[in-house]
Amino acid sequence: MSRLEDALAAGRFVVTAELLTVNAGGLDAVRDRFEPYEDYVDATNATDNTAAHAHASALAVAIALKQLGMEPVMQLTCRDRNRLALEAEIAGAALHGVENICCLTGDDVTAGDEPEARRVFDLDSIQLLALCSSLARGTYLSGRTIDPAPRLFLGAVENPAAPPYDYRVERAWKKVRAGARFLQLQVGFEPQRLAAFMTEAVETGLATACALIPSICLVRAPSAFRYMDENVPGITVPSETIERCESAPDPEQACFDVACELAEHARSLPGVSGLHLISFRREAGIARLCQRLSIPTRSEREMSGYRRPVAV
Amino acid sequence: MAGPHGPLALLEYAVKKPVFNCQMCGQCVLHSTGMTCPMNCPKLLRNGPCGGVRPDGHCEVKPEMRCVWVKAVERAPKTPWAHELNDLRPPVDNRLWGTASWRNFLTKRDKQVPKGWRVEA
Repeated sequence: MSRLEDALAAGRFVVTAELLTVNAGGLDAVRDRFEPYEDYVDATNATDNTAAHAHASALAVAIALKQLGMEPVMQLTCRDRNRLALEAEIAGAALHGVENICCLTGDDVTAGDEPEARRVFDLDSIQLLALCSSLARGTYLSGRTIDPAPRLFLGAVENPAAPPYDYRVERAWKKVRAGARFLQLQVGFEPQRLAAFMTEAVETGLATACALIPSICLVRAPSAFRYMDENVPGITVPSETIERCESAPDPEQACFDVACELAEHARSLPGVSGLHLISFRREAGIARLCQRLSIPTRSEREMSGYRRPVAV
Repeated sequence: MAGPHGPLALLEYAVKKPVFNCQMCGQCVLHSTGMTCPMNCPKLLRNGPCGGVRPDGHCEVKPEMRCVWVKAVERAPKTPWAHELNDLRPPVDNRLWGTASWRNFLTKRDKQVPKGWRVEA
């Protein structure tokens, strides 16, 4: 059983992080990226050509993480590969003991730096989840046997802050029906959207059917908020948030405070199973955030069976 | 999209292109998606909107176009097939592009799925 699956099954509060993209530098480059927060996270995501920019492949990075003793979550998008290539990636990952797979549609090629590339989208994220479920049952999509069947722990992403807002929980349910056991929710800067999603998720039983893990993004400068608001599909940063950080005496600290407040709010919502932390820099922001929120280290959580504090 | 293959496909194209901007995928699901063709989504998503929909409900890739799934979710409840909106639709059979979905519907060719595809409807 994967460490992430184990923690969620035990009902412990989980922390996952997103590894900065890797382009070169060998295994040391991979280690450098997760070392600052290693003690806090249950698993680290290896991204798949984020924002449609080419990087070292998610499969290669996931294997590297595994070799370095870090539990990987391999992200897989539908943008760059057809179903054959996707099946090969998953079977290949399983061969190396990579069990956690996070299935995404993927940003369009036009969001990246090679917009002239051909977009694939032979499957959508829900079909990709169903494909993974098929592999986990021991068959390729064709029905051809894989023996023994790979052990997989499947997840996906949902964005509570993108229209059609009222449909997001229903879509998340489709993902669960297709095999998702955890959902890392897209970074959001509008707490009311996340709260509305979580309320419906709890009411409909989604929060018990799968683990819901909101994402928090740490940036160092207000300009990064502005960039995300303008350039990252599906992410809106309210102008008040940006202005508050810009006008603060210490903008970097203000940005960190925003992340801590969003994390605190997300954690307080009923039905939340953990946090997914994303930092665009190599610094120890992720560890600092955990300390600020008094989230114990992973080994302490494992020892104590740590659950999130419940508001009374 | 593929050009229509044969007279029936041509007729289908002539009817559905002007109304639905039919892309001739040959496995039509229009009725279950609020009479909004999901193959107009630049990512060809048949199972719901991606996470990149703009705050105004427009497409991440084509800002001038309303997201087909925003439209589908809005319109589906007004159709007799509202209960089919959340069906788990199987991957597109890429051999069917350009063929008449009317024939594929009658012959049930459009219901064929790969052997390893097993999900509740």
